Amino acid sequence: MSVLVLVEHEGGVPKDASLATITAAQKLGEVHALVAGEGAEAKQAAEATAKIAGVAKVLLADDAAYANMLAENVAPLVAGLMGNYDALLCNATSNGKNIAPRVAAMLDVMQISDVLSIEGTDTFTRPIYAGNAIATVKSSDAKKVLTVRATAFTKAAASGGSASVETISGPTDAGLSSFVGAETSKSERPELTSAKVVVSGGRALGSSEEFHRLIDPLADKLGAAVGASRAAVDAGYAPNDYQVGQTGKIVAPEVYVAIGISGAIQHLAGMKDSGTIVAINKDEDAPIFQVADLGLVGDLFQIVPELTQKL
Amino acid sequence: MKVLVPVKRVIDYNVKPRVKMDGTGVDLTNVKMSMNPFDEIAVEEAIRLKEKGAASEIVVVSVGPQKAQDTLRTALAMGADRAILIQTDQEVEPLAVAKLLKAVTDEEQPGLVLLGKQAIDDDSNQTGQMLAALTGRPQGTFASKVEIKGDIVEVTREVDGGLETVSLKLPAIVTTDLRLNEPRYASLPNIMKAKTKPMANKTPADYGVDIAPRLTTLKVEEPAKRQAGVKLGSVDELVVKLKDLGVVA
Repeated sequence: MSVLVLVEHEGGVPKDASLATITAAQKLGEVHALVAGEGAEAKQAAEATAKIAGVAKVLLADDAAYANMLAENVAPLVAGLMGNYDALLCNATSNGKNIAPRVAAMLDVMQISDVLSIEGTDTFTRPIYAGNAIATVKSSDAKKVLTVRATAFTKAAASGGSASVETISGPTDAGLSSFVGAETSKSERPELTSAKVVVSGGRALGSSEEFHRLIDPLADKLGAAVGASRAAVDAGYAPNDYQVGQTGKIVAPEVYVAIGISGAIQHLAGMKDSGTIVAINKDEDAPIFQVADLGLVGDLFQIVPELTQKL
Repeated sequence: MKVLVPVKRVIDYNVKPRVKMDGTGVDLTNVKMSMNPFDEIAVEEAIRLKEKGAASEIVVVSVGPQKAQDTLRTALAMGADRAILIQTDQEVEPLAVAKLLKAVTDEEQPGLVLLGKQAIDDDSNQTGQMLAALTGRPQGTFASKVEIKGDIVEVTREVDGGLETVSLKLPAIVTTDLRLNEPRYASLPNIMKAKTKPMANKTPADYGVDIAPRLTTLKVEEPAKRQAGVKLGSVDELVVKLKDLGVVA
């Protein structure tokens, strides 16, 4: 089988999620990686992708139309390449989820979302019902289009490969959409989805001020990324990109610290594959304790500052 | 501008799904069913666009069993104008739903199609993007803000790094995220009024769409369960455990 992976990159570096997707792709066949973007940054990302272990060839598509990964422009590029490939793998990230189904429909293929494991060339497992069930599905489509959940696969080594980079051209701007701007959370902390330690806060923190006053210093002590429950995000204590859960980010750090989070099903779906789960909550019957390895029952407003100070 | 809002009847979001003993799926017998929460947000957004004068008519459509009528009536009670039920008892995959919606879009010519970003049963997150591909329209997925500005729609999207805004030429496809709005409850008079609003009954065959599934579900299992761990007595104990894990910077 020949497999195309759509690589996501930022600042000339392939994203961690793409390294995991490349591992998944290797289970299916020979891996070619598509780097779409604009200018020097795209070229740099293509060169970095060529060094990833397991990548046989890199395709570089350099055009202003691909700069912001607009689905209207990137999907026709990818679909146009699929004549040469049996499968397309994208990250189950906001970009992958945006682009992959558009490609799948262009190819008349039923996509398989959020793949957790590859059981064969046509058989995959994926979560349904917010992770309350795992389905094993078999595809009868001639070509496969998958989005891959990064936490389910180990990351391919960023070095050791020596693939060739071929520059390709594709469709130009479809003229349907344009990028206006972005508000991204700038942070010195590690990225939420690839951090070794995550400290998450819930609604019990009570306000945005308390959220940052208590969670941030603890995260700094642990070198952790900061996450939040949906309730905390809905209440405005933390921005949307902090949200951990089925409809937010899926994380699986070595250590996950849940503070003032009761443990709604949809939150658990986003973090239950973490190595060690630590829960701090005043309600000893909170569902979070059913999945926590280490629990501490008590008032977070006392416990968290004490913990931060003693670490 | 006409707005088309597809809605899906799914397990109520407060119900904990149980996997059937024989591993064929999730048990839905005698389980409360409701409108998919993301679709409810889409219906609400359409109504707000109409209230602002940006939309003239709201058409809701559902693909599903006879009972999906209830879901459509809920949307009508919230404020949609008329409904189309494309009735089938088969399980319909997102690609087939997108093809049916393409046919409805060709017929109705909406300026905007507003969909939930995903259904909380199969969690596919595909239908809107697929509809956009099939109709050749631009797509604004995971919307937290939708603004009609003349012949374009500006969509603020919830993305991994934060928020991103795109400008799309109308007609366009938009899929909703959680924080776009808080859907209203239908009032009793509106629930009564909804009973007399028009609902067309169709089948997939009426649109000439083949809905045969491409995927076969081989089995459905419960995820591996985590064992509950230990409760610690003090912060000091937790400090020791965290140090043992080697995560203290």
